[in-house]
Amino acid sequence: MGQVPIHEYQAVIVGAGGAGLWAALELARNGVKAAVLTKLYPTRSHTGAAQGGICAALGNQEEDHPEWHMYDTIKGGDYLVDQDAAEILAKEAIETVIQLEHMGLPFNRTADGKIDQRRFGGHTRNFGEAPVRRACYAADRTGHMILQTLYQQCIKHGVEFFDEYHVVDVLIEDGVTRGVVGYCIADGSLHVFRSAAVMFATGGFGRMFKITSNAFSLTGDGCALAYRRGVPLEDMEFFQFHPTGIVGIGILLSEAARGEGGILRNDLGERFMERYAPTMLDLAPRDMVSRAIVTEIRAGRGIGGKDYVYMDLTHLGKKVIDEKLPDITEFARVYQGIEPITQPVPIQPTAHYAMGGIPTTNESRVIIDEKNTVLPGLYAAGECACVSVHGANRLGTNSLLDILVFGRRAGLSMTQDVRAASGALPELPAAAAEPVRAEIEAMRSRPRGENAQHIRIELADAMMEDCGVFRTAQSLNDMTRKLRALRARYADVAIKDTGRVFNTELLEAREVGYLLDCAEATVAAALARTESRGGHYREDFPERNDADWLKHSLAYRAEGGPDLKYKPVTITKFQPKPRTY
Amino acid sequence: MQVELRVQRYDPERDKTPHWEKYVVQSEPMDRVLDLLHRVKWESDGSLTFRRSCAHGVCGSDAMMINGRNRLACKIRVDQLGRKISVAPLPGMKVIKDLVVDMDEFFAKYRSVMPYLMADDEPPANEERRQSAHDRERYDDTTKCILCAACTSSCPSFWAQPEYVGPAAIVNAHRFVFDSRDDHAHERLEILADQDGVWRCRTIFNCVDACPRGINITRAILEVNGAIGERR
Repeated sequence: MGQVPIHEYQAVIVGAGGAGLWAALELARNGVKAAVLTKLYPTRSHTGAAQGGICAALGNQEEDHPEWHMYDTIKGGDYLVDQDAAEILAKEAIETVIQLEHMGLPFNRTADGKIDQRRFGGHTRNFGEAPVRRACYAADRTGHMILQTLYQQCIKHGVEFFDEYHVVDVLIEDGVTRGVVGYCIADGSLHVFRSAAVMFATGGFGRMFKITSNAFSLTGDGCALAYRRGVPLEDMEFFQFHPTGIVGIGILLSEAARGEGGILRNDLGERFMERYAPTMLDLAPRDMVSRAIVTEIRAGRGIGGKDYVYMDLTHLGKKVIDEKLPDITEFARVYQGIEPITQPVPIQPTAHYAMGGIPTTNESRVIIDEKNTVLPGLYAAGECACVSVHGANRLGTNSLLDILVFGRRAGLSMTQDVRAASGALPELPAAAAEPVRAEIEAMRSRPRGENAQHIRIELADAMMEDCGVFRTAQSLNDMTRKLRALRARYADVAIKDTGRVFNTELLEAREVGYLLDCAEATVAAALARTESRGGHYREDFPERNDADWLKHSLAYRAEGGPDLKYKPVTITKFQPKPRTY
Repeated sequence: MQVELRVQRYDPERDKTPHWEKYVVQSEPMDRVLDLLHRVKWESDGSLTFRRSCAHGVCGSDAMMINGRNRLACKIRVDQLGRKISVAPLPGMKVIKDLVVDMDEFFAKYRSVMPYLMADDEPPANEERRQSAHDRERYDDTTKCILCAACTSSCPSFWAQPEYVGPAAIVNAHRFVFDSRDDHAHERLEILADQDGVWRCRTIFNCVDACPRGINITRAILEVNGAIGERR
């Protein structure tokens, strides 16, 4: 069995996307000894795939105010947003973007050399009057530039990385976080990281759906590990389907394409968004546009009667497309063989973003119940977390903002808490790595059994069908049954590669287990919520129901399916109103 | 259609040397090589090992040598390659297992050129530094790099002299040397003027062919070269 190495750090961050890297920077600037663990290399993180921009009410192009941004975020989230958190998001957006520029991020510029800004879905001036230019951007690779810039700063500040270390357990005993167990991909060894502060910044779990914009690595690791240790998952029924994914494979064509003037058209050539969102048209929030597209398809108005519509950029001209949308038009060329300068691009909704996740305070501390009780030593930020700034539907660009604002806050909270404890480290549980070692060895040594990837594919197909853009009690009950069967089969997974060195088959099989956990919480919360709000649309309950459902769900892991509890939404400035665009 | 996929395999726990294995895989013309590798891994041989993440050419995980040229497996289609496809790890790099190579040296070289903004003046409080669109354009091309190592591992000078810092590191130095907000170009140029720096470039242009981001790498290297010359 060999000795398990124990590493000691005041803080450990799991995940090296925008949230993890900004937290690491805060810790480094404050002299806290910290390590970042990532199952990839930091620059491979999915923050780098974000395209269109990051919103902040800088007002560089026209009048704008954080309060307008706050309002848009709340309305976009169909009033399930915690308004104190949205206020922080909108206010701190400005200093966040300015700091990024100071770190060297190559934003596009206005004629007078300021950060340029463009329109984005759901972002308006004066509380919904018309689209506003709020999204700061670096061509259509804003996320790439954020990831690069933060990683560069981490190098500058000497942040310690454990690249290709897959975190396989979080150590929580007697209600206190004590560290994590990491699996070194290069040689298959387990390592214990003893730490008083553990932050999850592990991203989303879009891979539980068939058509998704998410990387293969987005399998809900942090959410599932916390869930298995008794932490609830909040608002899991709210999953965003982005309207414009490449047909069949889900790769995203950014909302920036519509921000620059792109138009959605059905088989009759109609600009169908005129019927669904007369003011904001193609720039209505994503949940509404995705439903509109699926409604058109169901009515037989998909292109040639098939399951997609067109995004038309042909009127924008070569110059705009080449300068402002180079990457995404290349995606159309490479993956569809379409020339967007002259041809409309076939698109369909793609599973994109988890509004739900590990519940946290506004200071990114993880909470475990409806009374906001903090779990000492555990922090979360980014897509794996739920503050909640996105409510029932996230606005475009607000995810880049969320990871940075609340990643930074996690770094500050960890600094505070580590200092308050004078740097003392908690005791490790006895044989800390044994439970996960037993799990891994059981899978590795099972001579024959189920193929984990077949389970994943069946899960993803079924979730798309039964728990996608439209849901009913029947579809969700079906899905509950399918999940139970998939879980039973998962207990019998076997792998062919029994080696130690770079055993990706083993790790990918573990990831399927994480996806099953996330799907279970999602389906249970979706079945319980008998209303339609934001990204959660129940055909059998098509209206929003504030009297009964203006509340966050908390799903706890339990035998025989999750237990659900609820907690109130924080409302400060904006009372819920009908949501029209 | 059926594709004959040949993959260079190497498992350090079993093999003394790499060997080729052949798979016959069902494919559509618009499939990418990554789809074929997944098909093999998920359906017939789970031990086939490669890195991948985003699967659309922006994370840089799955650079490998495909039909003799360095490509991202997620960005090259079957219809661009034909029915016989060979896949090997990036050349000139130490192989860990199958298509996975050791990236540590590559990232160490990246870090060696100080790839981060170093500005001497305090930035203005509560607002951005100004930069003209023209000055921004000056280094736009080299901001696209995703550190996939396709360029460096395609370079014959690197194969011959593994100490050569390589095109990727020079590209990332260029990104800051030509950023009007940065004040420390001279330090990076000093590093790149070393015997294992830019002089090793023989303008063979393999790097330009290999770059999945379409960066004009040889031009960037020549510009850095020129900046070193001006300084002397």
